[in-house]
Amino acid sequence: MLIDIGLISLTLAFGLSVIAAIAGGVGGKTENWRLVESARNAALITFPLLSLSVIILVYLLTTLDFSLAYVAQVSSREMSTFLRVTALWGGQDGSILFWAWLMAGLIAVVMMRKWDRDRDLMPYFLLVAMGTTAFFIGLSLFVSNPFARVWHEPGAAELTTTVLRPAGVMSYITANGQGLNPLLRHFGMIGHPPTTYLGFTGFVIPYAFAMAALMKGRAGDDAWIRTSRRWGLFAWFFLTIGLVLGGRWAYDVLGWGGFWGWDPIENAMFLPWLTGTAFLHSVMIQEKRGMLKIWNIVLIILTYSLVIFGTFITRTGVVSSVHAFAQSALGPAFLAFIGVTFLASVALLFMRLSTLRSENQLSSLFSRESAFLLQNVLFLAVTFAVFWGTIFPMISELLTGTKITVGPPFFKRATTPLFAGIVLLMALAPLFAWRRQSGRRLLRAILWPLVGSLVLSSAWAYTHREHPASFFSLWLVVFVVLSILREFWKGAQARMASQGENPITAVLRLMNRSRRRYGGYLIHLGVVMIALGFIGDAFFKSETQGTLGIGESLELGRYSLRFDSLVQFPGSDGRDVLEASVALFKDGKFIKELRPRRDFFVVQRQPVTVPGMYSTLGEDVYLLLVGWEEIGLSASTFKLYINPLINWTWLGGLVLALGTTIAIWPQGRMRTEASYVLRPRKLSPSPQAGD
Amino acid sequence: MRFRPLLTLLAVAALSLGANAAQAEPGGGEFPTDDDVNSVASKLYCPVCPNTPLDVCPTKACQDWRAQIRSQLESGWSEDQIINYFVERYGERVLAEPRTSGFTILVWLVPLFALIAGLLILRQFLIRWRVRSDPADLEESDLPKEVPPGVLRRIESELDDLR
Repeated sequence: MLIDIGLISLTLAFGLSVIAAIAGGVGGKTENWRLVESARNAALITFPLLSLSVIILVYLLTTLDFSLAYVAQVSSREMSTFLRVTALWGGQDGSILFWAWLMAGLIAVVMMRKWDRDRDLMPYFLLVAMGTTAFFIGLSLFVSNPFARVWHEPGAAELTTTVLRPAGVMSYITANGQGLNPLLRHFGMIGHPPTTYLGFTGFVIPYAFAMAALMKGRAGDDAWIRTSRRWGLFAWFFLTIGLVLGGRWAYDVLGWGGFWGWDPIENAMFLPWLTGTAFLHSVMIQEKRGMLKIWNIVLIILTYSLVIFGTFITRTGVVSSVHAFAQSALGPAFLAFIGVTFLASVALLFMRLSTLRSENQLSSLFSRESAFLLQNVLFLAVTFAVFWGTIFPMISELLTGTKITVGPPFFKRATTPLFAGIVLLMALAPLFAWRRQSGRRLLRAILWPLVGSLVLSSAWAYTHREHPASFFSLWLVVFVVLSILREFWKGAQARMASQGENPITAVLRLMNRSRRRYGGYLIHLGVVMIALGFIGDAFFKSETQGTLGIGESLELGRYSLRFDSLVQFPGSDGRDVLEASVALFKDGKFIKELRPRRDFFVVQRQPVTVPGMYSTLGEDVYLLLVGWEEIGLSASTFKLYINPLINWTWLGGLVLALGTTIAIWPQGRMRTEASYVLRPRKLSPSPQAGD
Repeated sequence: MRFRPLLTLLAVAALSLGANAAQAEPGGGEFPTDDDVNSVASKLYCPVCPNTPLDVCPTKACQDWRAQIRSQLESGWSEDQIINYFVERYGERVLAEPRTSGFTILVWLVPLFALIAGLLILRQFLIRWRVRSDPADLEESDLPKEVPPGVLRRIESELDDLR
């Protein structure tokens, strides 16, 4: 009964989303506002209908209705209620429904907030956004339906899974489900997937506005950018959080001592982040100078296509083998959708090229515009290198029949110099003026950060002569930090002088007055902190492995470990736990008892390595239990990593989240915005930025 | 002899490289250690576990591979020999890093060309924009000449604060 209701509301949602898209497009074209109104209503009702389906599915997952194939696949009696709920996005069928649901929710928010403000864009916005939603609901309904049931046909050797009951079959209910993939049975399940999906779906909103503006012939003015800027930041915020949480999760669960392995799924998520970041920067040039209009459209098209591509890679398993592609209709459907939307967007762009004339020319090669352009090229180069490395195994398999692996060494080598360039620009570009920068003034601005960073990093390099390349990367990081701090200091100093405020009030008021700018600086600080984690990983990481008997020790750097005991016990959630107790000493002094574990999930026959960790700002001691003697539990093999600076990555994520929140926060009425939006060639007052 | 400092430097570099290599050689004690095995394994991927380097993969199959590497090291195989052995048996997919020869060199070359192309396009754009730009736009300032220098300096410094 419940299953039928979920199915019916999913079907209705599909119908209504198709109607919303078509009515929006036709209504916009014929300027039939009643049709457009009804498109809006159809879009608004899609969300509650999908919500009903989602709630029903979650209910079935938690109450373990194993007549559903999806429930039997991802839920089980051993799993906690928390995990059963998160199983909604723990498998293919559920996660596609989840994607569609979030998308519909965001569109409903846009409908409620912007309906009266951007009237003429809305019909086409609905066409594009609801079209995308309809595609995902369609997938959920026809290809990968989470409400499909398992049937037993008398006499048949195999069970059948269909949505509608075939004639002459009996419902088949298994005694227990398989449950989530063991790697997903973790607290991180609540953080990383939903934030990532919010980031993915969030980027559809600016794309839909861009396409609407193109169709309307209005992409030349920046209405679509002002309307969607905050949505772009919203999406970027969640995608970034998703990336950081994903890294943290990998660090805690995957048991290989690192947080970013350049595997295809990670890359697939990183790609739209890269183009999205380029987009958020490059729209500023359009806002301030009326330039790069075509480029911005290209970037948002790329971001959208990569979002869909990311979902495709994650959901179809095409990376591990191209043969997985043909196993369900999902792969071809995705590929067709990506192809059609990409080509249609590009064709539309070409048809409307004449509306996208630049309002200004480049005044000087030495200007913020050029710095942004260079930054854009670097970001796209990283995007391309990562994209190419990710799909190259498929290309190789298709063209030469040889399977190959493109592992982390390629990605590190290809992207590190480009990232160094981007970080350097992060220090310089904010100091550049729009239109033209005088060299003398730039020199004055960077002098102290430059001198300070050289002194600090030289001192550091003198004491750590063994890694010359690390000297350069640390110089870069310190340089960026100092030039950002200088910006805060200059601004605060001006306020202290003119308003007589104390330093703390001055900094707070400064940030409050120009949130986009100082929020942006905070984001840059966060990025540099994350970079520290990567630098530590690249240059200073050390590892060793050894087999110890009880009471024996393993040493690495200033640390030593003493293996005290090993116990085996049945854990919750259908796992068999093997836990070692290891005493950690630093310079001979006892610090902490580490408890690395090996959880063996009996049903799935899958081991999960849970590290024992001692974490400080300077470095993490990360201990894995990688092997043991079956009999007697007397000798065990441990792998020990020292991961310097890794905590800065998580802290950087927090700073970045704070910065984005500040940048995204609505500015109370006009206030200071007018002084920041410099449009020298146009003296008319700028409308309020954002919103 | 202008090259002498450079030559000295090269000599020192060569020596220190030699020293490092010597350290990595099996010298006394028990060889191979787990770290020796892992350093070879980190360059390999087993065909069963996608996206997990061999040195950290927890599965039984990968443990067997590592045991095999250990026995190969014990019988005096070099790292290249071991890697070639696995490539011959299981194909190029076991390599963490694609070979820089044959078809797979494209994985390196194409992004490099793309970057160069991107920078060239950027240069072309910048030049075109500059040429088209209005010469009046290039004037240092539109301010009347009679503004007192003190005022001008103050405006500039306040603008600096805003920028």
